[in-house]
Order: sequence, then structure tokens, then C-alpha cells
Amino acid sequence: MASKSININLKIWRQKDAKSKGQIETYKLDNVSTASSFLEMLDQLNEQLINERKEPVAFDHDCREGICGMCSLYINGRAHGPASKVTTCQLHMRSFKDGDTIYVEPWRSKAFPVVKDLIVDRSAFDRIQQAGGFVSVNTSGRTIDANATPVPKHDADRAFEAAACIGCGACVASCKNGSAMLFVGAKVSQYALLPQGKVEATERVLNMVRQMDDEGFGNCTNTGACEVECPKGISLENIARMNREYLFASVK
Amino acid sequence: MAKSALLKSSLAKKYWMALTGLFLCLFLIGHLLGNLQLLSTGKDAALNFNKYALFMTTNPAVKLLSYLTYFSILFHAVDGIVLTVQNKKARPVGYVKNSASSNTIWASRNMAVLGTLILVFIVTHMTNFWAVMHFDKKMPLQTVTIESEVMPGMPPQTQEMYVTVEGSYIPVAAVEQGMISIQNRTEVYRTDNNLKIAHLYKDLYKITVEFFKDAKWGLIATILYVFSMLVLAFHLYHGFGSAFQSLGLNNPKYNLLIKNFGKAFAIIVPLLFAVIPVYIHFFLK
Amino acid sequence: MKLDSKIPEGHISEKWTKYKDHLKLVAPNNRPKIDVIVVGTGLAGASAAASLGEMGYNVKAFCFQDSPRRAHSIAAQGGINAAKNYQNDGDSIYRLFYDTIKGGDYRAREANVHRLAEVSGNIIDQCVAQGVPFARDYGGLLDNRSFGGVQVQRTFYAAGQTGQQLLLGAYSALSRQIGLGRVQMYNRHEMLDIVKVDGKARGIIARNLLTGELERHSAHAVIIASGGYGNVYFLSTNAMGSNVTAAWKIHKKGAYFANPCYVQIHPTCIPVHGTNQSKLTLMSESLRNSGRIWVPKKIEDAEAIRAGKLKPTQIAEEDRDYYLERRYPAFGNLVPRDVASRAAKERCDAGYGIEANDTNEGVYLDFSSEIINKGKQTAYAQGNHNPSEEEVIKLGKQWIEEKYGNLFQMYQQITDENPYETPMKIYPAVHYTMGGVWVDYNLQSTIPGCFVAGEANFSDHGANRLGASALMQGLADGYFVLPYTVSDYLANDIRTGKISTELPEFAEAENNVKSQIDKFLNNNGSKSVDHFHKRLGHIMWNKVGMARNEQGLKEAIREIDELRKEFHENVYVPGAANELNTELEKALRVADFMELGQLMAMDALQRNESAGGHFREEYQDSEGETLRDDVNFNFVGAWEYGGSDINAETLHKEVLNYEYIKIAARNYK
Repeated sequence: MASKSININLKIWRQKDAKSKGQIETYKLDNVSTASSFLEMLDQLNEQLINERKEPVAFDHDCREGICGMCSLYINGRAHGPASKVTTCQLHMRSFKDGDTIYVEPWRSKAFPVVKDLIVDRSAFDRIQQAGGFVSVNTSGRTIDANATPVPKHDADRAFEAAACIGCGACVASCKNGSAMLFVGAKVSQYALLPQGKVEATERVLNMVRQMDDEGFGNCTNTGACEVECPKGISLENIARMNREYLFASVK
Repeated sequence: MAKSALLKSSLAKKYWMALTGLFLCLFLIGHLLGNLQLLSTGKDAALNFNKYALFMTTNPAVKLLSYLTYFSILFHAVDGIVLTVQNKKARPVGYVKNSASSNTIWASRNMAVLGTLILVFIVTHMTNFWAVMHFDKKMPLQTVTIESEVMPGMPPQTQEMYVTVEGSYIPVAAVEQGMISIQNRTEVYRTDNNLKIAHLYKDLYKITVEFFKDAKWGLIATILYVFSMLVLAFHLYHGFGSAFQSLGLNNPKYNLLIKNFGKAFAIIVPLLFAVIPVYIHFFLK
Repeated sequence: MKLDSKIPEGHISEKWTKYKDHLKLVAPNNRPKIDVIVVGTGLAGASAAASLGEMGYNVKAFCFQDSPRRAHSIAAQGGINAAKNYQNDGDSIYRLFYDTIKGGDYRAREANVHRLAEVSGNIIDQCVAQGVPFARDYGGLLDNRSFGGVQVQRTFYAAGQTGQQLLLGAYSALSRQIGLGRVQMYNRHEMLDIVKVDGKARGIIARNLLTGELERHSAHAVIIASGGYGNVYFLSTNAMGSNVTAAWKIHKKGAYFANPCYVQIHPTCIPVHGTNQSKLTLMSESLRNSGRIWVPKKIEDAEAIRAGKLKPTQIAEEDRDYYLERRYPAFGNLVPRDVASRAAKERCDAGYGIEANDTNEGVYLDFSSEIINKGKQTAYAQGNHNPSEEEVIKLGKQWIEEKYGNLFQMYQQITDENPYETPMKIYPAVHYTMGGVWVDYNLQSTIPGCFVAGEANFSDHGANRLGASALMQGLADGYFVLPYTVSDYLANDIRTGKISTELPEFAEAENNVKSQIDKFLNNNGSKSVDHFHKRLGHIMWNKVGMARNEQGLKEAIREIDELRKEFHENVYVPGAANELNTELEKALRVADFMELGQLMAMDALQRNESAGGHFREEYQDSEGETLRDDVNFNFVGAWEYGGSDINAETLHKEVLNYEYIKIAARNYK
């Protein structure tokens, strides 16, 4: 498609560091190509700011192809912006019109404190994973042959779909309760669906949920916002599976 | 570990919300079936309704269920408040611009408000009917007017009679005449030997009809009742399916069924509840 | 210093086994007394850190991202090779070994590559045991697919997200060790120098990217697994943060840098759209299993397409030039990456490019034939022997979606075109760097105690890497090689005791880093870091890119040298040192890219032959195929740092001896 140039107004959350109070600042940015990604537009803004000897906007990003999960941003009131099943780095400016005003804010959650501008600390997710998001198998090269345990294709596919989570935190950001259950549910599901993960399923779900609660995430009220905003389309089924796993685990 | 998991964890709160919520849905069905008798127009409509009311207040099994219901309502409400407070804390700084309607339905975001309104309704509703039924000393009793031919050819005489639980009739006039007395609201005693001879029905039917037909407040009561049922409908619209999800009962095979059943339930049950006062206020002669 | 590759004696198939049996060990009770630093948490780094943690060493792991799970291994799409022969199509360890050597254009070390092939099967076993959800067939067994440059199906995959799944597997193993307290994880930390004590690697200086604080970390061994240096080109398929800094800092402290000119240009990427573009997106090579690559046969058709007057679907079958099938009938669209990339460049240079960007660079990757074929097959399998055309197309699209759904979605997201209806537009882009820090058989660099793994080393891919081999190498290094060879090295350190960070060597290294940072922040220039990075990328792509020649390389060396001076004089870095400062991070990385870029050009200039990803226009045959010089250039070119003037680097040669594979011209026809 032919690309064109648009002029936009940006309202961006600026915050010097974790301790400072932040506020929304307004910027005008002209000649943005609609073929640019949202982050390329921010690059352009930063180039402009640097040329004006102003501090550029800090934002998280890395792979810019929608898989590392590092980019975030709450754009016009939605996690990863208006397009569906897309991370911010793959959101393109063709989703916006000439003259649009675009709000850009960081993820908001007690468990994801703002570090600077649009950057938040998502290490809570790492700690949940450390609490049980693994199979306790050491490296040896002497495990059984990969094909010794057949896994029904259906289960393997469901496990993969759950494992496709990129840990970006959009679920937490878009949930009105700041709940992390889609993230945790996906991880619990991936292992619960595979024979290799079943062995320690009980301990895993109990530990991961305990850690999740300790981190200060809110509670799921099944609004379904997470599933809609998840750039990888992780299904609510995974939360249900976690609920089930946890229920069985806690009465065991 | 496992024990505290079932009481204190975030997921446990979901389970309890779901279980109490689903139980209250069952209660709604039971309550509705009883109430629907108010639509009956037969000669014995009032009597049948009051018989049912008596059964509901005295049967031990029903009693047990009712205590469970009170508990569920309280637990559902308290748990809901705790959850809401916790969830508010999980996002101390909100968004300047938030477009929640693009990813959620309105009801799902407003369960706490809807629930609070329902709680207010329940308290009012119980004050109006349940408390009267249980504690009001002036609670009217079920009577029937019986026509009897005293003598052939003479115009028939009408007489107000109490209907007893035991199946007999006692003239209302007998109280005034001092032959019998009514003690403990429904017990009939012979005055001469102070023997309990029968039990009477409280006339809940009358209370209800008068409540909604009241010249001054009847219309307002009807409107508020209908509004409350609308609130309930929204609450159920999200709540019913949500409970299944919370309990982990999510299976692609049945999801659509649960979802559609939940939606139907959320519309039909409150609608039928709402029909009753509307009927009483506008159509009941 | 003479390069000693430490290749063990014995027959190739026994070298590793015998060698392992005689390596020194560290007893379990001694391991907690020993510290190991791992820089980078991609496949190689995470697997090494997890494995060493499991063994009982004190491991400190570092990554610049906000979580170890974000390392760029996660972006690998297509798959991972392993000589399992589950498909019974004649695969074996030897064949994987052979294919990899041949694919690398006979510029890799035999012993290392054979070891890689030997452990490849273990990788799959290990990953499955960890709960990596590989694709499976209906019998519940693992599925495989083909990749470029081979004639067997040995690639294991998880849709188009194999790297993600493998990295999350390694990350889960790492997380387990972090949870157990055996690995200490330092997120948002960037290594800015290595510290040598008595000639051995004994620690690093790292900057806490959140606070800007410079931290000293000591260890008995340092493992660098910081990935490749493709971002020297500014535009590449690498992540924005991917950088050469860790590898380059050890180079400056004595580690030789090998074969920097070997860069893989991946044939199937989305073409450049404009000047503000920040990165290029890869479309997995696995798509070449199903897609056919073509450009119009008539130059006027290409012009009409670029002008928007013709659509690709309007070009008749006989007017399409399936140039890979035409030139390489045996491998067709599945020729190795370097071959496919050059072929695309050849067509576009000749004026047949179809993309309407500045350079007209783009070719078609067309799925319409596959949609028809698979649609028919599926209909047949469903018992419908007379499907209508619509049914065929519908079933075919479903088949494609199941196989490549996420890639198609990504393509549409970026280009706003629907690849189910119109062919994808693709063009080569910088993807992977075969060159890297020189290491011996133990993966140890020329700095004792400094090991290098994964893409950061030069070890296994020669002059060109085959698809689905990077993941294999990263995990092989981390899971199955380093735990043995690092232990062997550490066996001498059980009495050393903790290394003090108060040693003068630490203070000196920290001061050097600090002065570099201060210099940038006080520079008060006028141009942004990106401005210089883009200019560097421009020189690199045009003169040290897919095709190189003597004159261009000489120009590049001079231009980069000048650009570097200008960069240091005129770059503007806002902000302060003691805060999160993304511009400062970029400046420090680009400073190293400038130096490396120059060395790449020098390496390309000295290599008077064409091999794999290194194509010198002077060395090609009449059909445009590469001309290798196995007499004069059968060596690994390892550069020794010679001070701030990059021209002063010294070239050392490790001659490659092929004992088990007969060197031949690479032929995919």
C-alpha cells in the first residue's frame, strides 16, 4: 500500500525516575510516514527532541518484530494500541489519521512500578517464573529419547498456544484489576498439558499463584480484557485451567 | 500450604465468589417459582401462596437452605468488597486515557456497583416482606369469605373465616366474641380451656398485593423493583458465565452452551421477577 | 602468539567422547567456592548459566534487557536441526556434520562441527524433557521439516516460533536456578569491560542501566554469550539492543576476533520501506518450503509493477522467472541462504526488482502453487476426489495458515498486504554473523578463563550458516560443551579463593569505562548517535554488504575511520551518567560498532576469495557463482587488537585441515 505522511499530536507520560512525580507532556510531530511502526515514530520524535537539546522519551523495546515482549505502551487507552493481536512495535502509523492526538502512557500496575517515562519494571513476572515455571530436569543429555513419550497433537498444540506468551504484561496493563492471571495461567497450562510437566504440577501451581499474590497483582474478575488485548491471543481457557489445577492442588 | 491456599489466596476468593454466586442463582430459581404463584388468578390463589409461604418458613430442610442463602449473600458481598478493595490497590495510579469499552462489556467492569445495588435491594426487600412475615405483630392472617345458606330461600350469609393449617375454618367473629384467642401471631387457643386448637396462615399474599397496589407508594415500589431486576440482570449477565470460568469449568465444547445459558438465565429470571409487581400494580383487580 | 585450536587426537567420531573422559573435574564440594560470570542470556548464555548453576558453581548472569527471557534468540523462527533421523530419510550425525561443513563453504573447523552434530540429538531430548512444545504429528511424535541447503527433514520446530520456545525452555531452566539461589541474575546490566588479573579473565565491569552505577563483579571464569554483531549495519534483523560491546571489549583486552567479514545476509526479509526504518523483519526460511521465488521475465513488467500499474497476480505464469528453480534445479528454492540472497541481488541489480523503494530491491515469494497443491492433497485426504477450485483454495489456505499462520499475520501487519492473496515481497537483509571471537576447541578465547559461546564466537558455521543451525549451536555450547570445558579450566582454581574486586585491575578498568562515559556526556556535539549509526550502516551495506570489491573495501576502511573520528568529536549524548540513559547506552555500543566495522572491511579485503557470505566480485565464475581459494585462504583469519588505530590490528591464521571431508566446490545445482 502506498504510504503517506501525517502530522500528529502526542501526549506522552514523562517521569524522570521512579521517585519523581510524572505528568503528561504534549508534543507535535510532523511528517510521520504511515508505513512507520509506532516505535519508529517515537524514534523520530526522539531525534527531534535531541536536536532541540531536550531529553528523549525513554521506552522499552528490543526485537521490534513482536516476539521479545519488551515493548509495552498504553496507547489511546489500550495496551499496545488500537490494532488487535499486535505488539506496539508492530503497530503501524497507518492505524492513525492526520491530526490525531495520541496518548502514550506506561503500563499501570502496583507490581510494575514506573522506572522512567514509559519504562516499567516487570521483574515480578520473572519471580513468578522462578517460583515454579519450569520442569525440574537437569542438563545431562541423558534424558530419555525425545520420542519415547508421545504427546497427543491436540495437547501439544494447546501447550504451544499457551507457551506463545511473550511476557509483555499487556494482560496486567489492560485488566481493570491489574491481574496477572493470563500470564500465570498460560505458564501453568503449558506444563499442565504436557506429560513432562505433570509430575510437579501440584507444587508448581501452588507456588506460582502464591508468588503472583505476593507481587501485588490484582484479582481476576473474568472481564476478558486480557484476552482481547493479548498480542499473542492467549486464551482465557488458560486461566480456567489454572483455576482447575489450583483447586485440585489445594485439596490434595 | 494447601489449607491457606483454599482460604487466603486470590484464587480461593474466586472460588468462593463463584460457589456462593451459583448457589444464589439456584435460590433465585426457587424464589421465582414461588413468586410466580402470585400471577395465579384462581379462587385459591392467595391461599395457595400463603400455604407456600408457610412451608418456606417452617420446613426444616428449607430453613437450612435459607441459612445457607443468608450466608451466601453475606459471604458473596463481603468477599466482593474485599476483592474490590484489593483490586483497586493493584493499580494505585490510573490511566489518563483508558478505553475499557473496547475490550470488555460494561457489566463485567461494574460488578461491584451492581452488587452493591442488589445488596441494597435485598435489604429493602427483606424489610418489606421477610421481616414483616417473621416479626410483624400485626401481620394479617389468611381468611376466606364463605357464603352459606342459613335457610333455604333466604339470601345467603357471608362470613369471614380463618383458614387453619389443619384444614378447618374458624369464624373471624369468634375472636371478637371471645370464644378463641390468637396467640404468638398464628396459634388459635380456646378461651375456656386455653387449649391450642389450630394454626393460621400469615397472609403474605395480602401484604404483597397491598404493597404494590398502595395508592401512594405502589407505583414507586413497582418501578424500583423493576429497576432492581434490571440491575440483577446485568449482574447475572456477567456473573453466571464468570462463575464457571472461576471454577475452571471451561471447555471449548461446552463454553458456548454455558455462555448462552447464562445469558438466557440473566434475562429470563429477572424478567419474570419483574413481571409480578407490574402485573399486581397495573392488572390485578 | 600462535593459535592453538587444541583439537583432540583420534578419529573424528571419537574425539569429543575421549576428550571429555580425560578432562579435569571439580568435585561437587569445591564448586560453591568458584564464581562464574555469564554475559548474555540467549540460548547459549541461559543454557550455560543454568547448567553451571545446576552443577553447583556460583553463577552471576547478566543481560541488558529487562528480563533474561527477551534475548534475541527468541526471534528465531524456523527451527532447530538435529540428526535424529526420525523421518528415516537417511540422516545421520555424519550427514549433519557434512551438510554443516559444506554449507559453511569449507571454512569451519571439522572437530567442532562434528561435536555439534553429535550432541544435536541430546538437545532435542533435553528440550522435550523441559517441556518445550515442539510440533507433533497425529501419532504424537515429533514433526520435522526441511530447511535450505539439505536434502533431509531434520528440522524440529514449534510453528514459526522455535527460537522463542527454545529460549523459554532455557529461561525456565535458568529461572529454576535463580529461584534456588544458585544463579544470581542481573537484569538491565551491560558489561562494559572485562577485568584481567595476571593475564586471566577475573571479572567484569558492568553498568546498571537503571541507576547508571558502575559495578565490579569478580569471578574465576567469564563466559561471553552476547550474540552477533549484525547491527553494525544499522538495519538488520537483529534486535535494537543487540550489540558487539562485550565481545569487542574482550577483543581489546587480548581476545582475537575471527572472520569478521563472514556475515549472513538472509534472503527472505521484508524489504525496506523508508528512511525512518529502524529494523528489518525476517520471514522464516521455512517459507521457502512452500513459496516459490520469482521476478518478472520482462523488464517492462517489473517497471509496471513498481509504478503500480500491474499487480503480480496479473503476470502470466510463462512471464515469471523462477530464477532459483532455473539456476539450481536440484535444490530449487531451498538453496542455502547466501546463494539465494545473491541471486535476488543479481536480479534486482539487473533491473527486475519489484519493490517501489529507493533501490527497487524486492522479489516475490509466491504461495499460490502451494495453496493449490496442498488444497488438492487435503481434499483428497478428506475423501473428496473432485474438489471444486474454491474448495481447493480454501483448504490450501487453511493448510498454509496452520503451518505459517503467525508469519503471514506478521507480514500483513507490517506491509498491509494479504499474502494469502498476493505474493509476499522479500529482499535479503543482514541476519547473522558467522564471524566472532576466536575460540579453541574448549570455546576458550585467547584470554585464559574467558570463554565465548553461541553467535558471539566464530566456531561452527564457517563462511555461511545453514538455517536452523544457530539454535542448535547456542544450546550445544551452553548445555553440552561449556559445562565440561569450563570445569576443566576451573579445576585449577579450587584453591584460588574469592577474587577481590578491590584489586587495582578492577579500579583501572572501572576508571577507563567511567572516562569514556564522561567523554560522551561532556562532548557537546551536534548530532545524535543514530545519525552516525545510520551513516555507518550505509557504508557497511553498500561496500561491505552482499557483494564486495577491493576498491569499495578500501574506501570503506577510510570512510569508517573518518566517520569514527567525526562521531567522537561531534556526537551529542543528552542526560547524565547516573540515570537510565538510553542515548548513552547507544553511544557506547556504536563506538564499538565503528571499530568493528572497519575491521570487517579489512578482513574482507584480505580475503581474496569468495566463500559463503563473503562474496568478492573479483572472485566469481562466469555464472556468478563463488570462487573459493582453498590453497591460499583455507584459514580462519583471527585479528589481534593493536591499539586505537584499527589499521594496526594483526592477522593470525589458523589453517583448517580437512581430514574427514573432501573439499569440493559447493554445488547446489
